[in-house]
Amino acid sequence: MSFALLQEATVDYGAFAAIGAGLAAIGAGIGIGNIGGSAIQAMARQPEMMGKIQASAIILLAFVEAVALFAIVVSLIK
Amino acid sequence: MKTTKFNVFRIFILGVFFVLVSTPTFAISDEPEEEEFKVTEVIMHHIKDAHDFHLLDWDGHPISIPLPVLLWTENGLVAFMSSEFRHDDSGKVIVERNGQKFVKYHEEIYYASNSADENGTYMLFNEEHDPLNEHPFDFSITKLVFTMFVSMLLLILIFGFSARAYTKNGVPKGIAKFTEPLVVFIRDDVAIPNIGERHYKKFLPFLLTLFFFIWINNIMGLIPFFPFSANLSGNIAFTFVLALITFVMTTILGTKDYWKHIFWMPGVPVPLKPFLALIEFAGIFIKPASLMIRLFANITAGHIIILSLISLIFIFKSIWVSPGSIFFAVFVGLIEVLVVAIQAYIFTMLSALYIGSAMEKHEH
Repeated sequence: MSFALLQEATVDYGAFAAIGAGLAAIGAGIGIGNIGGSAIQAMARQPEMMGKIQASAIILLAFVEAVALFAIVVSLIK
Repeated sequence: MKTTKFNVFRIFILGVFFVLVSTPTFAISDEPEEEEFKVTEVIMHHIKDAHDFHLLDWDGHPISIPLPVLLWTENGLVAFMSSEFRHDDSGKVIVERNGQKFVKYHEEIYYASNSADENGTYMLFNEEHDPLNEHPFDFSITKLVFTMFVSMLLLILIFGFSARAYTKNGVPKGIAKFTEPLVVFIRDDVAIPNIGERHYKKFLPFLLTLFFFIWINNIMGLIPFFPFSANLSGNIAFTFVLALITFVMTTILGTKDYWKHIFWMPGVPVPLKPFLALIEFAGIFIKPASLMIRLFANITAGHIIILSLISLIFIFKSIWVSPGSIFFAVFVGLIEVLVVAIQAYIFTMLSALYIGSAMEKHEH
């Protein structure tokens, strides 16, 4: 009976999509924070490597960001 | 001290400028009718492909550049300009050619129904409001195809001139001063480390084409006026084809070692091998698929963010939101300039990495 009720209830998928996008943002935030923190630490320890560390940190940021965007694309699709 | 004062002054002038610039936009949008502003529709319309190049709305009338429509129908080839639909996108205007009637509905071209429904639309729908009409095979020069032609022309011009700069002596001049470091960067930092000294020369043209084609299309998407502004690299068909080329290359070039490492990898206990082989086999397809989705998602998200920020003005229906939203739109736009270059680089680098790993020979 409860199953029938569930079927009749109109579900607002938009809300779930918003939650999904938010979770993706949290994940990306943690990832980018980790990369940024480690990059700053590495640069403080070895300032002569600053250029290389910055370049690879930016590329890694793009990777993490892409994962968050995957999730957002999925939440865009109905 | 002097510089700080100057900076404050500059920011003030910029703020005044943004308010002044945004005023007419606001005035036009408020005038015609009290219709609710649909953000999702507006943004999706900008991101999708179209049969004409929309420039602006003047007094509520759209002004756009028509593009040719090419259809392969049951009675053969049909061609006409998209202006014959008279900006209609809801299936109300019929275009007749070769004894066949066509309507345009949500940027798709369908065969028209015999009679209009109560809204004047020559379409049939099911309960979910999906169109039931048949549609001809459509290979029109759409907005995205047009943009691709423009980018190809630009690339030919840029690299044609660069190549000509080297005919007299080896010293670059003119535009070659700009392109040479980039070409050398792709060769030294992408091709050689990933593919190896022996084989890289064969793949350098492909990698350079990939990098510059993606980059120029990304940049063209960021320029918000006529021959540019289309969301070409944020179209999944475009990224699909580029990823497909990489996929075909890795599959064809794969050495015996490459396939061995996928299906029967050495150094792994035998009971584990089938499971790992399954994962590795899925990986063959997941790698290019992630290439495809990464570029598509990044560019589309960039467009969506900028459009949403601009849309805030119309959602709040207040002029006072505009300085903030335009400031953030410019800020995100500047970040996007960085992102589009990084995405072009990452696509190229990963392609090189996949090709390199397919050609690798292992010593056991």
